[in-house]
Amino acid sequence: MKEEKTKTAVITGSEAMIQSLINEGVDTIFGYPGGAIMPVFDSLYDQKEKIDHVLVRHEQGAVHAAQGYARVSKKVGVALVTSGPGATNAITGITDAMMDSTPMVVISGQVISSLLGTDAFQEADVIGVSQPVTKWAYQIRRPEDVAWAISRAFYIASSGRPGPVILDFAKDAQIKTCEYHYEKTTSLRSYRPNPTINNEKIEEAAQLINQAKKPFALVGQGVILGNAEKELIAFLEKAQIPFGWTILGLSAVPTDHPLNCGMLGMHGNIGPNIKTNECDVLIAIGMRFDDRVTGDLNTYAKQAKVIHFDIDRAEMDKNVKATVKVLGDAKRTLPLVTNLLNENSHPAWMDEFKACEKKEYDCIINNELYSETGPIKMGEVVNKVSEATNNKAICVTDVGQNQMISTRYFKFTETRSIVTSGGLGTMGFGLPAGIGAKYGAPDRTVCVFVGDGGLQMTMHEFGTIMQYDVNVKIILLNNNFLGMVRQWQELFFDERYSETQMINPDFVKVADAYGIKGRKVVKREDLDDAIAEMIAHDGAYLLEVEVETKGMVYPMVPAGGSVSNIILGNGHSL
Amino acid sequence: MQEKTFYTITVFSENTVGVLNQITTIFTRRQLNIESLSVSPSAIDGIHKFTITTFLDSEEAAIKLVKQIDKRVDVLKAYFNTDEELVYQEIALYKIETAKLVATSNIEKLVRKYNARILDVSDHSTIIQKTGHYEETQALFEELSESIGVLQFIRSGRVAITKSRVERLSDMIERRRLIDESNK
Repeated sequence: MKEEKTKTAVITGSEAMIQSLINEGVDTIFGYPGGAIMPVFDSLYDQKEKIDHVLVRHEQGAVHAAQGYARVSKKVGVALVTSGPGATNAITGITDAMMDSTPMVVISGQVISSLLGTDAFQEADVIGVSQPVTKWAYQIRRPEDVAWAISRAFYIASSGRPGPVILDFAKDAQIKTCEYHYEKTTSLRSYRPNPTINNEKIEEAAQLINQAKKPFALVGQGVILGNAEKELIAFLEKAQIPFGWTILGLSAVPTDHPLNCGMLGMHGNIGPNIKTNECDVLIAIGMRFDDRVTGDLNTYAKQAKVIHFDIDRAEMDKNVKATVKVLGDAKRTLPLVTNLLNENSHPAWMDEFKACEKKEYDCIINNELYSETGPIKMGEVVNKVSEATNNKAICVTDVGQNQMISTRYFKFTETRSIVTSGGLGTMGFGLPAGIGAKYGAPDRTVCVFVGDGGLQMTMHEFGTIMQYDVNVKIILLNNNFLGMVRQWQELFFDERYSETQMINPDFVKVADAYGIKGRKVVKREDLDDAIAEMIAHDGAYLLEVEVETKGMVYPMVPAGGSVSNIILGNGHSL
Repeated sequence: MQEKTFYTITVFSENTVGVLNQITTIFTRRQLNIESLSVSPSAIDGIHKFTITTFLDSEEAAIKLVKQIDKRVDVLKAYFNTDEELVYQEIALYKIETAKLVATSNIEKLVRKYNARILDVSDHSTIIQKTGHYEETQALFEELSESIGVLQFIRSGRVAITKSRVERLSDMIERRRLIDESNK
C-alpha cells in the first residue's frame, strides 16, 4: 500500500490533478468546463469510471452542489471550474462554505503563467479575490506542485474547523509533465487544527455544570462536523441539560429527544430564546454566537456563566465572553466533561421550557400547521412533507421565509439532515445544494424547500436535474413575493412593499420543459394527495404550493433586539 | 473620541506569495489603518516576520485581531505588544541641498544633537541618516524643514523586539515537530 503511494510516474499536471483527487478518495465532482481548465477535463475523460462528474448549468451551482454533497456525506466537496468568470461565479458559494465551515476544494483554471498579470483573456486575480473568503488559497504554477497542493488542500479543508480551499491551476502547469507520487498531508508546522486539551478547563466546566440549577446548552454545527453526536447526547442526558439548537445544529440529535427545546435565533422557538436570559449556566457547543442567535449582545445572557466548547480559538470571546473556554474537538472534550458530571435532573426548569412550548403552540404553531380555513400556510406544507417522509428525509432550504419555516417545522431522526445557508444567507442556494445532497446521500429522500424568489436565482439547475435524473423533491412555497423582505416591510417599513412583489412564470410548465414532473396545489384538500404523489414518484418532482400571500414567520426577535423581547405576532404577547 | 492605544503586531509566517494580503484583509475588514509595516526574513529559513503598527480601541480588540491573524493557515504565530513591552527602532533618511547645508554653521551641532550620520555627499545633495523612535526622527525632520529645508524624506516601518522572555520561534517549531512525530 505504502509502496503504491510513493510510486513515481511521469504524467501531465492535469493527470496528476485527477490522480491526486482519486488518491484523496474523491468519486464525485461538480463542475463546468472552459478554456483554461480543458486539460483537466480531458484527463477526467480517461477516469470516468472512477470519478463521476456532474455538469451543472452555472458555476455557482457547482459550488453549492459541492456544499450540499459535503454537508450530508462527511466528505470534502469538490468543484471544478474555469478561469476568470468561472472562478468569480464560484465566489458566492466559496464564501458561503467559509461562513458555514463546509469542507470543500475548488479547483479553478488559470491562464498560462507567462500571461499572469497581463489582463489576459479570462484572467482574474482569483487568489486575491478569494483569500478573504477561503481557509487557504494557492496558485499552482508547476506540475510538480500538483500532488503537494491537492494533499494540503484536502488536509486543510477537512481538519480543525473545516472550510473551503481554492486551487488556482495555471494552464501550462496542467499541460507540462512531472514525476508524480502522492503523499497524504498529516501535519503542517504553521497550522495546528487540533488544539491540546486543557484538563483544568474540563474540570472547571464540569464543576460549573454540576453546580448549575438552570443549565441550558446551545448545540451548533460543530457537533456534527466533529462527529460528536453520540458524545453530545451522553453529555446532555447525564445531567439532563435542556438544549436549543442553531439552524446549522439541526438534526445533531433527533427532534423528538425529550431534552430538545427547539431552535435558537431570530425565528427560533420562544423557550430557547427567552430562557437564554434566565439560565444560570449557558453551555455553547460548536456554535459561534452569530448575531441572528444573540440579538443585542448587551442584553444577552448577562446573568449566566458561559461555557464555550469550540475547536476554533478565534471564536472564543469573539462575540460573547466565556467564563470557561474549552478549546478542542467536541468529540474529545465532551466525554472528558461527561465523566466528571454528576447525574442530575432539573424537572422544574424543564417545565418552564414546556410552558413556553405550550404558549408557542397555542399562539403560533397550531394556527400555522392546522388551520382548516383560509389560504394554505407555509408551515403546514413543511409539516406534511416531513411527516410523509416519516421525518427521515434530508431537508434542504433556500433562504428567506421558506428557510425559517422549514427549519422550524421539519423534523429530524438522523444527523446530517439539514442543508441550509446559515451564515451567508445565499438565495439560490437550495436547488443546487439539493442536487449535491442527493449525490452525497443517494439512498435518502432529499426535500428542497424554496421560495419563488430564490428558485429563480438558480432555476437553470433544472437542466442538471434533467441530465442526470437527480431524484430531488422540490417544494416551492409560492407567495409571489420576496416574502422575508416583505415581512420586514410590513413590520418596519410601514407596509411600503418596495420591489418585493413578483410576477412569476408558470413554474410547473418550466419544470415540464425540463422533463421534471410537477403539480401545482392551490386548495388545501389537494395537498395530502400531491405530497403523497411527490414522495411516491420515482424521480425529480416539483410541488408548487400557492401559499398565503402575506404569510408571516413568527415568533421573531427583531434585528438588534433582546432575545427576551421576542414578538409573537397576531396580537399575542408573552 | 475614544482614546486609542498604539499596538505593535508581530507575525511569523511561511514565506508564501500572498501572506501580506491575507494579513491586511483582516485589518481592512475591521477598518483598521496600518501605521507602519516592515517585513523581512526571520532568523529561521523560510519564515518571514511582519512588524505592523496600528491604533486600536482596546486590548480586547488587539486580542481579537491577533486571533484572526493567527488563524490563517500560513501564519505560524502572531502576537501583540504595547510600546512599554518592546525595544523598537525606526530609521529615517533625509536629503538636503548641500549648498544650504554648507551655508549653515551648525552641521556638527546638528549631527551631535541628533546622533545622526552623514551617508553621502555630492555637489547637489547630502543624505543624512537617523535611527530612533518616531518622535526623534520627526524632531530632526522638523528642525531641518524649518531651517534649511528637506528635499526628500523617508522613514522605515518599525522593527521591534520584546523585552520579556518569550518562547523562541525555533523552540516552538521543534515542539510542534515532536508532537507531530509522537502522533504518527
